[in-house]
Amino acid sequence: MRINCPYCGERDLGEFVYFGDPVPRPDPSAADAAQRFHDSVYLRDNPAGPHQELWYHAYGCRGWLRVTRDTRTHAMLGSAFASDPA
Amino acid sequence: MRYSLFALAREAFRSHRGWQPVWRDAAPRPHYDVIIVGGGGHGLATAYYLAERFGIRNVAVLEKGWIGSGNAGRNTTIIRSNYLLPGNQPFYELSMQLWESLEQQLNYNTMVSQRGVLNLFHSDAQRDAFARRGNAMLLSGADAELLDADDVRRMLPLLDFDNARFPIKGGLLQRRGGTARHDAVVWGYARGASELGVDIVQNCEVTGFVRDGDRVVGVETSRGRIGCGSVGLAVAGSSSRVAKMLGLRLPIESHLIQAFVSEGIKPLIPGVVTFGAGHFYISQSDKGGLVFGGDIDGYNSYAQRGNLPVIEDVCEGGMALMPSIGRVRILRNWAGLLDMSMDGSPIIDRAPIEGVYLNAGWCYGGFKATPASGLCFAHLIANGSSHPVATELRLDRFAAGHLIDEKGRGAQPNLH
Repeated sequence: MRINCPYCGERDLGEFVYFGDPVPRPDPSAADAAQRFHDSVYLRDNPAGPHQELWYHAYGCRGWLRVTRDTRTHAMLGSAFASDPA
Repeated sequence: MRYSLFALAREAFRSHRGWQPVWRDAAPRPHYDVIIVGGGGHGLATAYYLAERFGIRNVAVLEKGWIGSGNAGRNTTIIRSNYLLPGNQPFYELSMQLWESLEQQLNYNTMVSQRGVLNLFHSDAQRDAFARRGNAMLLSGADAELLDADDVRRMLPLLDFDNARFPIKGGLLQRRGGTARHDAVVWGYARGASELGVDIVQNCEVTGFVRDGDRVVGVETSRGRIGCGSVGLAVAGSSSRVAKMLGLRLPIESHLIQAFVSEGIKPLIPGVVTFGAGHFYISQSDKGGLVFGGDIDGYNSYAQRGNLPVIEDVCEGGMALMPSIGRVRILRNWAGLLDMSMDGSPIIDRAPIEGVYLNAGWCYGGFKATPASGLCFAHLIANGSSHPVATELRLDRFAAGHLIDEKGRGAQPNLH
């Protein structure tokens, strides 16, 4: 598996650290904040197919990437810096 | 047909023509009291105990492929009960006790071999942690022995004891742990369940659920609609995919773990050995192959195959522990799918939909749990209440804050 880093180019999996789903932090002042935090910390769609996920390029540019990857085949479907607009 | 020395002798005299199929490959009927989705070890054990312990025999096990074709046949066959936390350890010790009587119970050779599980430690701090875990094991009724380096040297002289970075200081040994034959476990439970009237339906994929109001009253399958009183999901690895058909999101990510088998060699490793300074564990099969593995790959996947960085990491762990295996060739490797739960512990609970029960989140430790998982899941389905050793394996523990996090690593599935 190779990940296409927008800065470094296509690099080996061993250079990256996996974080998981890019879940936004819920609004702590919302009336149902406890439920929203539970859902964002613990619940996952866990799809079999295209999956959005965060990877950290630890042994490269140290950028955080948002990668789209097919979890059935490991095919890479796209990648961008996590700070870019989704 | 019961297996015995007499039966073996009789068949030997008639060229083994009298053996019967071990279990009955059934066609689905229109309605069952209980449907179990998933014909792996856990699903078949659940069906067996429903019939055997709780008298519920109008049961079907629906399997998408053939029984035992998923993770039941992809694990490294280790059985043990060496956990720390009170939510886990009594459950796994019950499983260990069920393993010890499984062959007599099922009248089937599941090749349970109590050859010992040894966890090595490499520092004083790790010895303290292992002593604590050993004490927790003893309190649950399990066995545990803390060995020093000389004890380990007598058992396994081939290890690299004086490694400059990871010297072996001793180990925590569970003598009752060991291995079992995974395919035989699947077939043993299938045979036991089938003899008690359970229908085992293969090539029958569940594609949806039939609801009556808030209640699930049946399943849609590739072989038609089947009604049921209640349905139990035992599809670890793919739990999120099946739960999605019910509109549920689970505290689970699906991950990969790889396993490896070497060419067959003469007896070298007497039991199961784990490296404490990295992630590597190894045993030797009855055919002589070294069976080993290590860390999970660490990213969401349903691919049933892993990647090279973990293979390299596993082999480095092996070389650090026992350099003498360096010239042994790996014959094959593969990966299984894991329901990695958010705290590293399983779930045996009602789903938040009437008539649905959930058996999921087994992480990389489902095989050893097979008997207790089946018994506790059957108890839950039959009685509507948790078995006494499974009361903490709840789905709502994440919302309640009662996590069972053996490693204390938080809600990051690839760190458990």
